[in-house]
This record gives sequence, C-alpha cells and structure tokens, in this order.
Amino acid sequence: MIHTLAFYLFAAVVVVSAALTITSRNPVHAVLWLILAFFNAAGLMVLVGAEFIAMLLVIVYVGAVAVLFLFVVMMLDIDFAELRAGFVRYLPLGLVLAVALVAEILIAVGAWSTGRIELGRRIAPIDGALPNIEAIGHLLYTRYLYVFEGAGLVLLVAMIGAIVLTHRNRTDSHRQNVSRQVARRSKDATRNVNQPVGQGVEL
Amino acid sequence: MTSFFQNTVGLPYDWAWFVGTVVSILLIALPLMLAVAMIIYADRKIWAAMALRRGPNVVGPFGLLQSFADGLKVFLQETIIPTSANKGLFLLAPIITFTVALIVWAVVPFQEGMVLSNINVGLLYVLAASSLGVYGIIIAGWASNSKYPFYSALRGAAQMVSYEVAIGFVLIAVVLWAGSFNLSTIVTEQKGHIFGFINGFGFNPLLFPMAVVFLISSMAETQRAPFDLTEAESELVAGYQTEYSSMAFALFWLGEYANVLLMCALNATLFWGGWLPPVDWAPLYMVPGIIWLFAKILFFFFVFSWVRATVPRYRYDQLMRLGWKIFLPLSLLFVFMVSGYLMLDRVGVPA
Repeated sequence: MIHTLAFYLFAAVVVVSAALTITSRNPVHAVLWLILAFFNAAGLMVLVGAEFIAMLLVIVYVGAVAVLFLFVVMMLDIDFAELRAGFVRYLPLGLVLAVALVAEILIAVGAWSTGRIELGRRIAPIDGALPNIEAIGHLLYTRYLYVFEGAGLVLLVAMIGAIVLTHRNRTDSHRQNVSRQVARRSKDATRNVNQPVGQGVEL
Repeated sequence: MTSFFQNTVGLPYDWAWFVGTVVSILLIALPLMLAVAMIIYADRKIWAAMALRRGPNVVGPFGLLQSFADGLKVFLQETIIPTSANKGLFLLAPIITFTVALIVWAVVPFQEGMVLSNINVGLLYVLAASSLGVYGIIIAGWASNSKYPFYSALRGAAQMVSYEVAIGFVLIAVVLWAGSFNLSTIVTEQKGHIFGFINGFGFNPLLFPMAVVFLISSMAETQRAPFDLTEAESELVAGYQTEYSSMAFALFWLGEYANVLLMCALNATLFWGGWLPPVDWAPLYMVPGIIWLFAKILFFFFVFSWVRATVPRYRYDQLMRLGWKIFLPLSLLFVFMVSGYLMLDRVGVPA
C-alpha cells in the first residue's frame, strides 16, 4: 500500500510540475519546477528498484545541470514579449513537433499493453539479488567495455573541444605567481633603517 | 523499529513501518537539534578562548543556555519579508537549507545496525543530498531581490559545485577500498585495516591525503571559515542572509550547523573508523560505538572551530584555485593510485 501511495504521489507531482515548467511565466520558476520534476522522477526510479540511476539523476541533473540552468536563467534578462512575437511564424513547426510527440506517446502506451518484459530472457541476464551498482558494473566492464570506453572518449573530445573553443590567452591581465607569493619573506619586502634626523628618506 | 511496532504493539506491517519510521526520524532529528544548539555554544566558547575572551557566560550556568535564549529571541521576532522579494521562494529557501541538512542523517550509521535507512547506495545518497544544499543558498539570493545576497548566492553556488567534484573523487577512493557504497559496510571494512589492529582508512598512507582533502573540502562545502566567502561581511554585508530575519534566519543558522555536524560525522565515518574504537583491542569495544562516533565528531568539530578562529579568509580566486587546480588533480591522482594498488594486490587472484 505504501508503494502504491508513493507511486501516485511521485507520479502526480512529476506530471504537475512538468506542466508548470512549460506554463510558468517566470523562467526561474520554470527551472525550479523542472528540478522538482527531476526529483520526483528519481523517486519513481527508486520505487522500481533502480536506486543507482535514481541517485545519479539527482547528482547529475539536479546537482549540476539544473544549477547551471538556474545560473544562466537568473543572469539573463529575458523579455517575454519578444519571445512570444514569433508565435504565428513558428506555429507550423510547433504543430509538427506536437504531432510527433503525441504519436510517440501513443506507441509507448501500445507497447505497455503487450505485457511485461521477461527479465530472465535479457541478452545479458544478471542475478536479481545483485545490487544495482554491481549489476551495472558487471555489464559495463565486461560485455560493453569497448562501447563504454568509446563513450568516454567522445566525452573527452567534447571536453577538450569546449576548452579549445572558450580558451583565450589574455595578455592584458596581470597573472599571479602563487609560488612566488608563497616564497616571499618579510626580509624581501621590508628593511630596518636607522634614519638620521633631518636627512630625508631614501626609497 | 518496524518489528517492534509489529510484534510488541501488534500493528499491521504497513502501519508498523510508518509509525516505526516516523519515531526513528524523531529520535534522530530532535537530539540533533539539541546537539546543534549545544554545538553553537561550543563553537562560540572555543572561538572566545582562542581570542582570550570569555564567550557566552551569562544565561544559565557557564552560559550553557545561551543558544536557547537566542532561539527564543528569534522565535519572538517578526519575520520581515522585503516588498520586492519573491515571497514564496523567499520563505522556501531557509526551509530547503534546513531540510537538506537533516535528510542526510538518515544514512549515517551510529552503531552496528543502528541506522535509519541502511541502503546500499548510502554514499551516493549523501552526495545527492549535499548537492541539493546549494539550492537553499541560490534561491535565497535570488528571491531576496537585492544585490549583495545575489552576489553571495552566485559565489556560494560556484563554490559548492567546485568542491563537490573533489569530494566525489575522494569518496570514490574510499568506495574502491571498501568495495561498497553502504556506509555501515564502509565502517566495518575499516576494522583492523592497518596491520590488523588499527581501525580507520585514514591511517592508510594512500588514503591519508584523501582524508585531508576531504576535511578541507568539507569546510568549503559547508561555507565555514576560511572559505566563508558567501558571508564575507567586509564585502557582502551578511551574504545571502542579509534580508532574512527571525525564524527564517534561524533556520539558515541551524541548517548551517547541522551541516557542519554532518560533515564531521562523515569525516569520522569515512576515514577514521566511525563507531569503531581507534585500535582493534577487545577492552575498547566495551565502550558503546555511539560514544566513539560522538567523540570523533566532537574532535572534528573542534578542528573546524580551531580553523575558524585562526585562519584568515581566502580570496575568491584563491578558493577556486585550491578547488580546481590543487584538489581536483590531487584527488584524481590518488584515485588512480588507489585503484592501481588494489589491482596490484589482486594480481593472480581469480575475479
């Protein structure tokens, strides 16, 4: 009973917050509703026993991606009148996308009616008692090792690309040399002078 | 707890689970609030002693009731909401900070078998919950609709995201050695870790640098001095709390100290043996594990106060440099070294 209650709670909050994400006028509110949706989706995953994916969803999407969204949205000065100006122009494209989405949802619902997945007959069956993380680890580091490492390489290339694109050598800024700062002692900067009266100071 | 309510009280399983969980949550949260009040007093006393002052000494014997007097005072004050603030989010922000500081305690093991939720992704849950903590600050800064809180929120968010990267790698090193994400298993794996009689990953030369990185990162993660750039009063008034008053402010305050206590508990649990005594010697196990854990938590809290009283505040670029250019490469290097050692250790052993 607790399971069912929790499922309906999480599912209802996901649907409502997703709807509010696209309808709310304030972009910051929209991002916050999106975060709530992520969070409850993670709750749904915990309910089906995929606790590792649920935690990753929270760590990666809520903890990192959404923070960056929030950063960008807070700093941008978004003018909603301007955003809505192209409504008629983009209407056909929007309609096509909407039709495609509805078709996908219908197909998904159709797949649901074909019955449950036979977990025992997967390509790479895993003992059901094994914890999530170990099961994923077994698959990733044996059967799918090359695909996994390939994905890692793609991400590495993307990361290097992002650094190359945004990096610029600034010549007008004064860099700090931290090791020099740390190595500096008081005798390098100050001296003790027994100054005779009336002769002025030599710097 | 569930079995107690099911067998002794005679409730059906669902209700027994519900009542048992609620009672366990209260058993953790209420003493925690009391501990936070006392730890604020301890912090002020330690700080005062290091500055050769007396600290709070008027309310109650030795000033022990000072925190409760402060609590009563803020409770009786008016909650002021700025007219241009975003009212809902403005009030939501301290609630988030406070709640997030509490929920992580669900997976902290206090003693053998004494943990609210013994999940096998415990450490990931800790990471997930601590990454939520940034929202309290960022929402507070934005909803206040004021410049200083907003700057402070941006600083806080960047700082917490940066140091979470290093913390993540440190946790990976610990998980590699323990072979589990479950916090109770991590503690039991530390039993007799060095030469069979010293308990704690921190005594391992490969993990000791990680323990130091984790201790410093946990100070940055909780916005404690010397990394309290979000509340740098010389630059940002009171940072994201500037517009807050009465209970809303108190919730931030309580959440901050609950977070500090949590980080001390994590330091103790992950590296210094949690509820285990420091040495694997039978008479030491006569002392209940929870006492050992509390002693370690209090020791780390003293270190936190000590640092706060003695180390001057970092500059913001120094803070970012420490996080990205020193801790990140260092923790990455040690993840490689730890995994390399563990692989070497099992050469010839069938998987």
